[in-house]
This record gives sequence, structure tokens and C-alpha cells, in this order.
Amino acid sequence: MTTSTSLVYLIALPLLGATVLLLAGRRSDKWGHLLATALSASSFGVGLYQLSQMLARPTEERAVTQKLFSWINVGTFNVDAGLLLDQLSICFVLLITGVGTLIHIYSISYMSHDENRRRFFAYLNLFIAAMLLLVLGDSYLNLYVGWEGVGLASYLLIGFWNQKPAYATASKKAFVMNRVGDMGLSFAIMIAFATLGTVSFSGVEEASHTASKAALTAIGIMLLVAATGKSAQFPLQAWLGDAMAGPTPVSALIHAATMVTAGVYLIVRSNFIFDAAPTAQLLVVIVGAITLTFGALVGTAKDDIKKALAASTMSQIGYMILGAGLGPAGYAFAIMHLLTHGFFKAGMFLGAGSVMHGMNDQVDMRRYGALRKFMPITFATFGLGYLAIIGVPPFAGFYSKDAIIETAFNAGGVKGILLGSTALLGAAITAFYMTRVMVLTFTSKQRWEDNQHPHESPLLMWAPMAILAVGSVTTGFLFTRGDALVHWLSPVVGEHAEGENLLLQPIVVSGLALLAVAIGVAIAIMKYQLSEVDAIAPHDVSVFTRIARKDLLQDSFNEAVFMRPGQALTSLLVKGDQNVVDGAVRGIGRTALGAGSVLRKTQTGFARSYAALILIGAIVLIAGIWVVTQ
Amino acid sequence: MNPYNYLYVSGLLFTIGAVGVVVRRNAIVVFMCVELMLNAANLTLVTFSRINGTLDGQVVAFFTMVVAACEVVVGLAIIVTIYRSRRSASIDDASLLKR
Repeated sequence: MTTSTSLVYLIALPLLGATVLLLAGRRSDKWGHLLATALSASSFGVGLYQLSQMLARPTEERAVTQKLFSWINVGTFNVDAGLLLDQLSICFVLLITGVGTLIHIYSISYMSHDENRRRFFAYLNLFIAAMLLLVLGDSYLNLYVGWEGVGLASYLLIGFWNQKPAYATASKKAFVMNRVGDMGLSFAIMIAFATLGTVSFSGVEEASHTASKAALTAIGIMLLVAATGKSAQFPLQAWLGDAMAGPTPVSALIHAATMVTAGVYLIVRSNFIFDAAPTAQLLVVIVGAITLTFGALVGTAKDDIKKALAASTMSQIGYMILGAGLGPAGYAFAIMHLLTHGFFKAGMFLGAGSVMHGMNDQVDMRRYGALRKFMPITFATFGLGYLAIIGVPPFAGFYSKDAIIETAFNAGGVKGILLGSTALLGAAITAFYMTRVMVLTFTSKQRWEDNQHPHESPLLMWAPMAILAVGSVTTGFLFTRGDALVHWLSPVVGEHAEGENLLLQPIVVSGLALLAVAIGVAIAIMKYQLSEVDAIAPHDVSVFTRIARKDLLQDSFNEAVFMRPGQALTSLLVKGDQNVVDGAVRGIGRTALGAGSVLRKTQTGFARSYAALILIGAIVLIAGIWVVTQ
Repeated sequence: MNPYNYLYVSGLLFTIGAVGVVVRRNAIVVFMCVELMLNAANLTLVTFSRINGTLDGQVVAFFTMVVAACEVVVGLAIIVTIYRSRRSASIDDASLLKR
């Protein structure tokens, strides 16, 4: 295995930025954003350098490691703080630092009116550093540090405008729900250490060949719990919609392109565990299939442009999790969809931010309409992202999503048909709700008040959008050219196994997917482009719409099943504490007080009574001695 | 003469002293009763010294006398001070500590 000494700079540069900006405080207000952007960009530069080095080496020597220091060294438990850069992590490194830098640039302009812009950039740099540590860690424990770091950065950034109580609540909700998932990851690490005796990726991979199936299944399920928390998958998906309280660049970077895909990374990275534990793998595809439908259905009912995009993110990550659950046939496609999604969804979020920028922070799509004329560049970049996400050839999403649908259909038996149909249905709904977003925002009739003055965003904002739009157009084609990404990843995730007798040929699947997309687009255009749309969401809607608007009752469910019993348990414990624990303490005090007030009466203050007591005592003592010695 | 008779006298003296301490109010009398009890003890010590034929008891009796003399000095000073401050030598009047 090749070693390198420059991997640490990937993480150290943005971490330095975060430290400087947080410690220097207001003194760095003038140049903080520039420093943060420069450091993020230089981290991207280091990533590109590493990629060039990697390409120069033969396939089997491409992975590089760097041992930083010996972290934990107790008995048989040894963990080094080490970094591992292989074909899988380099994809993430370039996505995180590349998209991250673009979003830094975008934020310079987007946040220019915020007096806390420097703090915002410090958090962004902190996020980049933590996310890089997550994907570069060479053991589950190192990954866990980054995993918690991105959770912290996400919390800080969702609640960036925490002067609004709803936003502060949203950040707390995201943090708490993420903790549930993080607990899964810590359990996975503990089980791995208890049963396999190691927590490094290479060690666990080696041990997984001989380990018991039960242990591997337990680790796999706990890793899945971790992934559902971080990636907003069913049943821990409820936080992502509220996470849109954060500034839009944060939604683009953390809650669309990078952090929420950490769950997919975790599953793909742990491919050796899931390949050896079919039960856990089956759960992964089930979670993926449920979430991709769930998110798509929620997306159809949202009027808030960011929440519609968030629901879409949830659904698209559902696709990735589904792909990752399909085993060696799907890992590469999951990562491919992750990368293409990183481009088009980040681009669309930035587009949404640009629209909000021009519309006085209005987020209700029912108050948009006909913005194409006023924001041509935003329209074009958002439109390219839109074409990519619904999967129109030759845009990126077509290649990556089609590959997942096809792999799902060919997973074999009833399972394959069910998964494939779900993915196909999801594609149709995706086409519907994304067309709805597109039409309501850009092409339908004007529904905003005349005192609004929509305008195109400045260069610093549209340039990153344009670059991401180029990515949304080209990446799918590039990744699939000669199965480039599949071959690139095969040393990490195993050889791509193509089924012998395919249920459906790729061309048939593509046809079906395009048909589904066409149906979705047609319905959306009929409903929103060709007929009038109310500027205020109508109330007399079907029960299904109502449920979908309430995020399919996810919050009501959580409140009924977890929050209320939790509150009841807490108040019970409080009562127990007040009555039993406090009661015992108070009882001891009261007993002492009572005994004191009784005994106090013997203290009369008369010297003669004391003398009499001494006398009586002496007599009793002597009598006692006399009785005993007789 | 039977040396045990001294012990009876000593017991009698001690009882008179003890009863005096408990029942009398005048501090001077109480003080005298304390001295009586000390002397009862001294008599006992000397008697036992005589019965056992050793000098130990008599030596201790000398110690007691010295301590009693010191005690008289301190005790009388306290009584005089109390009398000066409250114009009363009644021991029951000096019961401020109960509050």
C-alpha cells in the first residue's frame, strides 16, 4: 500500500480556516470569506493533485494511506488516526471540495448582507474539514469523528439564523434525529470490536470472511440505522424538510450534495459486510425503496421551493441506498448517482437561492411564476438540473438513475420486479413534482405582487450555478463512457457482477423510464402550465393531498410514538425523583430536625439540672458496672 | 478501728455534697458542696491507701488538693463576676445558654 504525507492537508487547510475565522472573531470580518474560499479551493487543489498521482499509478497501487498518530493503544485494541484515500474516497474528496468551493464562492454574494457572514464561512470550512475526515478515515472510529463533526456543522448551519425560534428548533430536531442514527454507528463499531476485534476497514474486511453471519448482520443493521439518520432515510427522515431553515447554500452543500450522502458512502464503504449479510442487505433495499417513494410523494405537495427540493433529495438518496443495497451490481451506480446528484441538486438549490434572492426571500412557489423572463440564467441552469434529475437523455441523471432502475429490475425474482417497479414509479413521480417546481417557478403565469422586482443574481452567484449545470449535463456521459466509473471503483467495491439472464434489457428499461417520465411531465404540465394555479394553497383538497402536505404524517407519527411516551416517561421520572429521591433526602433532614427539637427540651440552661443528670448518669453507670461484675 | 468506717463517712459526705449541688441555689453553697464531694473522694483515696498499705492513694489526694485549690480560685472569680454583673448569686439566674 502506498503511503503519502500530503493527505492531511486536505483536511488541515479547511480546518485551519475554521479555526482562524472563529478565533479571530470580528477582526476577520473583512477578509474571512476570502480566506475560507481560498482554503477550500486549495483543498480542492490538493485533491486534484492526489487524483493525478493516483492516475499515474497502476490500478492495484492506487490507494494511499497516511498514518497521523497512534490514537488509542490499549491492550489488543489499537486504533491509529490514519487516512485512506482510494478510488472511492477520491470521488467524494473532489465532490466535497469542488462543489464546496463553488458554494463558498456563491455564498460570498448570497450572504453579503448578513453581518455574521464570517461566522457562516467558518462553519462552512468546519463542515468541509469534518466531511473530508469522514470520507478519508481509514477505520470506522475515524469515520465516526468526521460523522459527528458534520452533524455538528449541520446543526450550527441549520440554526445559523437562530434568532428565529422555529429555525433554532429545526436545528435541534436535525441534531436529535441524527443522534439516533449516530447511536447506530457507535453500536456497529462496538459490535465490530467485540466480535471481530478490530475497527479498521481493512481489518474488518479481512475478518468478515470468517466472522459469524449473526455478528455481520448485526453490524450491517446498525450501519443501516446510522445511514438512515444521516441520509434522512425512512424512518429517520423527518429532519431534512425542517433543515431547510438554514441558508440556501447550506441546503445545497450539506443537505443535498454531500453530508446527506454520507449514509450511502458508509454502506458502499462497508460493502464487504453487506455482501456477507444478506438480511441486512435486504433491509437496505427496503429502506431505499420506501424512502424513494416517500420523498417523491411528499415532493408533490410542497409549495415551499426548498422543501420540495428537500423531499426530492430524500427520494434521490433513496435511489442511491436502493442501488447500494443491490450488492456489487449496484455499488458503483449508487456512487454514480450520488455524484451526478451532487451536481444537479446543488445547482438547483443554488438556483432556488437565486430565485429567493430576486424575490425578497419568498419561498412559496405559488407566489412565483413567469420568472423565466427576469432570471434567464437561473432559469437555464435550474432547467438543466431539472432535465438531469428527471432523467432525460443525455443529461447526467438519465445515466445514473437508469442504471439503478435497471439493476433493480434485474435483482432477480419477485424482489427485482417489486424494486424495479417502485423505482420506475418513483421516476414518474419525480418527473411530476420537478416539472411542477419548474412550471410554478419559471413558466406559469405571474402570481407575485407588483411591488416585487425580480432580478437576475450577480456573477458570483450565477457562475457556480453555471459550472454545476455543466456538471449536470456532462458527468453522466463521462462516468458511463466505457463504464469508466464502474471500472474505477471495482478495486474497492468488488467486480461489477452483471446478471447472466437479464429480466429486462437495458434498452427496454430506458424506454420504460422515459415513458414514466413523459407521463409525469405531461400530468404536471396539464395541471400547472395549462390551467390556473391559485396564489394561495387551496384548503378544499383531498385527504391525500392534506396528508402529503403534512409530510405523510411523519411528524405526527414521531410525536405519537416517540415524543409523547418519551415525555410521559420523563414526567414519570421527574415525579419519581421528586417523591422518592428528594423524599428520602428531605425525610432524613426532617428526622434530624425532629429529633433535635425533642432533645432540645433537655437543655434547660439550669446548671443544677445538668448536675443532677450527671449524677444520675454516674449512678446508672456504677450500678451497671456493679450488675455486670457481680 | 475498722477502716471501712472511713468509707461510710466518705460516702455520707459525698451524698451530702451531691444533694447540695442539686438542691441549693446559692452559687457559694453549691461551690462548697463541690468541695465537700472532692474531700469525700480524697478521704476515700486515703482510706484505700491505708487498707492496701501503699502510698499511691495519698499521692493522688495531694494532686486533688492542688487541683481543688486552682479550681477554687477560678470558680470564686467566676462567681464574683456573675454577682457583679447581675447582683445575684443564684445559680438559676445564670441560665442564658439555653437561648
